[in-house]
Amino acid sequence: MAILEGNKNNFEELVLNNNGKVLVDFNAEWCGPCKMLKPMLDEVAADRDDVSIVSVNIDDEDELSAKYGISSIPCLVLFENGAESKRSVGLIPRDEIENLIGGK
Amino acid sequence: MYDIIIVGAGPAGLTAAIYARRASKKVLVLEAKNYGGQIINTLDIENYPVEAHISGFEFATKLYEQAKNLGAEIVFEKVTEIRDNAGAKEIVTPKNTYKAKALILATGSENRKLGLPKEDELIGKGISYCATCDGAFFRKKNVAVVGGGNTALEDALYLSDIAEKVYLIHRRDEFRGEDSTVNQLKAKDNIEFVYNSTVSKLISEDRLNSIEVTNTSGEKRIIELDGLFVAIGRIPENQNFAKLIKLDQAGYVISGENCMTNVEGLFVAGDNRTKEVRQLVTATADGAVAATAAVKYINNIQ
Repeated sequence: MAILEGNKNNFEELVLNNNGKVLVDFNAEWCGPCKMLKPMLDEVAADRDDVSIVSVNIDDEDELSAKYGISSIPCLVLFENGAESKRSVGLIPRDEIENLIGGK
Repeated sequence: MYDIIIVGAGPAGLTAAIYARRASKKVLVLEAKNYGGQIINTLDIENYPVEAHISGFEFATKLYEQAKNLGAEIVFEKVTEIRDNAGAKEIVTPKNTYKAKALILATGSENRKLGLPKEDELIGKGISYCATCDGAFFRKKNVAVVGGGNTALEDALYLSDIAEKVYLIHRRDEFRGEDSTVNQLKAKDNIEFVYNSTVSKLISEDRLNSIEVTNTSGEKRIIELDGLFVAIGRIPENQNFAKLIKLDQAGYVISGENCMTNVEGLFVAGDNRTKEVRQLVTATADGAVAATAAVKYINNIQ
């Protein structure tokens, strides 16, 4: 599945109302580690159909980043059935992204 | 059997890979985390010759592609042990044991932590080691910087333009950093200097909300804040090699500008060795020196 762009208007629909797993990637254009994470998230998105990935630009979406208490990026937040279940801060390798999401 | 194995895919390690490949050696680079090392956190590099401005991410990615296109194998595994077995070097990771004629350690360094309970779980929840990365999240908020070197001073100056108030906590009564920066800080009206003090406790509910500092006379004080920026230096990532190679007291591999160590055929490049200037340009220079020395060593033993 392609990575979708999340914003304050579609976040409820894309993330909170989703009954499965959604991995939200909080990032910014100026953040080097976020750019390194991106191709790995693209791979995960291509490989797995049991998780949706939503990208949130924290500069455009300060309301969302404040709501979820983001104070360091990259920050990956996993939602299951619309509720936050896990989070990881900083650049992590591909297998740790898979660990965060968990089994299919 | 590889000719040269390089541990670390930062600027030093990748430059070593370029030089070793151009000398037609079989090269493997092992990296525990991401390529590029700590330079990927730098927004804008302004002191590398030729490019007046380049982001750390772009620099790292170009260097990585260059090394790969020249034929260096790059594998993401953490090296847990190195052994010198009758001249052949054995490099152990959780998945494999690799062998090489020569080895270059270019593992760099990592942020020194305060070493307080809850520190790790509060990273990204109020604790940060990179003001330029995370400062923007603390607009009009109260923050503290811990440290007394140039990084701490520059962090405090950077944050003073963003945050409501900045506490600068230092364990001595004078700073090791440059006087010009200290004077700039003293001219700011939203910076409070907390001298002769260390952070003794991190106080949080779901995120950091205050810290306890203790001064040299044992007096304690609670500071309420939203963010704590830790800038107390870096530690070289040589712990796994201490059995084989000589380190200095701070943990750096003892070496001169020739990038040699006390073990034959084992070289060191970049921030994890003893040196005066730890900069991008000296890291890449080390990569060239170490690779050239390794190539010479291999050609001599054959």
